This record gives sequence, C-alpha cells and structure tokens, in this order.
Amino acid sequence: MKRIAVVGASLAGVRAAQELRAQGYDGGIVLIGSEPHLPYDRPPLSKGFLAGTASRESLDLLDAGDLASLALDFRLGVEATALDPAERRVRLSDGTSVHADGVVIATGGRARTLPGFEGAFVLRTVDDALALRAALVPGVRVAIVGAGFIGAEVASTCRSLGLDVVVLEALAAPLAPVLGPALAEVCARLHVDHGTDLRCGVQVTGLAPAGVSLASGSVVPADVVVTGVGMTPATEWLAGSGLKVGNGVHTDAGLVTSLPQVVAVGDVARFAGRRHEHWTNASEQAPVAVANLLAGHTARTYTPSGYVWSDQYSGRLQLAGHPRPDDTLSFVDGDPSSSSFVATFTRDGSTTGVFALNNAKLFNRLRRQALGRPEFQPAVQG
Amino acid sequence: MIRACTVDELPPGESVRVPGPPAIAVFHTEEGELYAIGDTCSHQDASLADGWLEGCFVECPLHAALFDLRTGMPTCLPAKDPVPTYAVVVDEGVIYVQGVAGEDAA
Repeated sequence: MKRIAVVGASLAGVRAAQELRAQGYDGGIVLIGSEPHLPYDRPPLSKGFLAGTASRESLDLLDAGDLASLALDFRLGVEATALDPAERRVRLSDGTSVHADGVVIATGGRARTLPGFEGAFVLRTVDDALALRAALVPGVRVAIVGAGFIGAEVASTCRSLGLDVVVLEALAAPLAPVLGPALAEVCARLHVDHGTDLRCGVQVTGLAPAGVSLASGSVVPADVVVTGVGMTPATEWLAGSGLKVGNGVHTDAGLVTSLPQVVAVGDVARFAGRRHEHWTNASEQAPVAVANLLAGHTARTYTPSGYVWSDQYSGRLQLAGHPRPDDTLSFVDGDPSSSSFVATFTRDGSTTGVFALNNAKLFNRLRRQALGRPEFQPAVQG
Repeated sequence: MIRACTVDELPPGESVRVPGPPAIAVFHTEEGELYAIGDTCSHQDASLADGWLEGCFVECPLHAALFDLRTGMPTCLPAKDPVPTYAVVVDEGVIYVQGVAGEDAA
C-alpha cells in the first residue's frame, strides 16, 4: 500500500497512524479531521480543561517530535463526504479527494441532541468546552440533562466552580442499566453529597425561556443548560460506499469492514454487534485494526477490556470487564457507603467485572487477576 | 536519604508510596529487586505505587501506560516522558531512597 487515509483525527485516528508507523508501514498517511485543530485528548474537556486548571497544550496528543516522526499529511477542517471504494477515493467537503489504497474509519460521532434543546450546550469537542467554560461565570445556575459520565463530570466541575447545579435524569438512578441498582445509588450519593440537586425519573421536554421545561409542566430555572445524552456515530458519509452501517460501521472480530482494505476503530466501530464509546477502546483497537489492514485480511481479533474511568467530585470510578446490571455484586473491600471500595460482578461463578471507587490499587490487582489481560487472539481462518 | 519502610513491610510483588514532594514509589519485584521511581505518572495524575507490577515494569492504574522501573522510561503510550529513578539502599532492614531532590530541605 502506497497511501492510507485515516478519516478522523481524534484518539482512535491518531493511534491508528502511530500503529501504522510502529508496524513498519512507511507509505503515505493522510489524516483527515473535521475540526480545525491538531489532534487532542478529550477526557480533560469535562474536568480540568473545563475548570480552567488544565491548559490547552496539555490536551495535545502529538508533540513536535511525534509530528516529525509520523510524517502525516494533515487535512484538517474538512469533513469526509463520501467513500468511493471502486475509485479508492475519500471525497472531502472542500471538493478535493484523497486517493488511498487503505482506509481507517475513525470518525467517532457527534454529541446527540434532544428535540426542543436546540442551542443548549453539549460537550464533545474542545470548542464545545471553550464555549461552555465561557458561560460558567460566577452566579449562573446550571441545569444538566443526563447523569451519565459526561453529565456527572460536568456537574462535578461546575460544583467545584461554586455554581448551583441541578441534574435531570430520566432513569430511576444514574447509570443503573450499566452498573446495577447498588452502584447507581453510589453515583447518586456522590451528587447529593457535593450539593448537586439530582432529580431522577424526570422527563424533560425542552428549553424554556427561564430554564428547562419538564413533562410535569414545571420549569427548572437555569441560566446555562447542558445536554449530556450520548453520541451519534458519524456514518452519513459512508452512504453509497457499500459498507454496512447502522449505529456505527459494522466490522468483523478484527475490526475489518466488508472491504478488506477498510477498517474501523474507536467510537464509530460497531464490533461484534456493539460499539464501545471509551478512551481505552479507541486506543486498544488501533493495533489490531492496523495489523489486519496491512495484512489484507483478518489476522488478529480484538478483545475489548471494557475499561472505563470517570472522575466525579471526590471520587475516581473505575470499571473493567463486561458486567450486566443483574450480575451478582460482591464488595471485596469496603461497602457502598464507604468513600473507597472495590466490588466484583459475577455470573455463573465467573467474574464478569470489577468496579472501584477511589481504590485504584486493589482495582488493578483484581482486574488483572480475575479478568486477565485481554489477549489478542489469532483469527480462526476459514 | 529518605526512609521508605522496613524490608518486612514490603514483601516481593508489593509497592509503597512515600509521600513527597516529590512522592516516590518503591517496588519490590517478585525477583527480589528493589526499585524507586517518581510516583506520579508522567501522563496524567495517578500514583504508580497503585499500579500493577509485572517483572520490572509497572502499569499505571489509570491509563495503563507501562514504565520500566530500571530506567523510568515508558514503554508504551499514552505516557511519553520518563519518570525519575532513584537509588535504593537497605540498611539494617530499612529501605532508604537516595538522591531525592529537596531532601536537604526535608
């Protein structure tokens, strides 16, 4: 392959480019990004960067040395608009196109919006974070729709800035479908203990002149409204490409699409029937996808570790594995009322997940011993 | 020199965080070697003493960057910068860390 196009210049795309070089590919790499910025890391956007304690430079994924050694041909501030496999071209929003022998799809997604909330703040890009940060002036009242990781982290940051915060969550408890009822209560407690007004089981209907309208007819007063309700994978540009899309780009067990010269990584990749919207996943998929792209077939398969973390208030939450909310939860250290604890999920006698609040050491021990290190399995041929 | 702990308090496979500044992580490998490195991951704020020790490498507990205890160098992303390394001496069953900047002021 003489030239590979990596479409998407966030973590997954950058890791793919780095892996191409690490695995010996010395052809051209075109890195296409819809944002005008050089690649940056997103986790601090809801935490230190939003609070103003982490600098813009600290977000950069590539330093000057990386930029020199990777020799990437950047196309920034342009969107990919079409993939034409017959012509081996990626078409771009500025009317140009890139000829490429191989393509890495790493387009991620965009923050999902709710009808009636047009104009509310969202948080996915550095520009989103800068806009929200500018609005978080002393005295404003903040309403956040959604108590998932982003919503909880933004609420936590706003409280650290001394702002009044209300979080509106449709579920009976935050993250209950992921963590189960006992740990969802812990997440709820973190909000309440730090002065956030968490209201669960609430149906929102839209922005009101003075805040957020609820289905009950009342209005929650707010000066700043943030929606944190997940993301929509960016696959529109693949219409007509022949690739199977639908809640992400469908891939095989090695992140290879129906075309052997096209692989997908990160939030947009629908691998084994589901997408994994996590920093670690974006990072860990790249070596496998790139190996298969360079091999021209699925030589390796990917095993997701299911590792996620979230910093909320005084708590560092860590989860690994793939537990179901109805798995058996056992507290290995501490209990749900402690400021620090570790719990395991089990099903049919096997450990399916490890969760910790403020106990990284034991978390990692159990994660490695009970779940094992994810292995990259050779693909079954045939 | 800064006193870390006694040898008895740090069995093989274990690590201990010595509060700073700078905070230092001391490791006793399964092979019986003692190493001391800067405790704070060079990528983002996390205590390497909380990390997973495997041979003479420690994996950051937050983002899984791997550091070589002998050199302080990261061997994989996301960390790119080394953490400092310090010499370790054992005297009468007590583990000490040498060469810590600021120890004169302590």
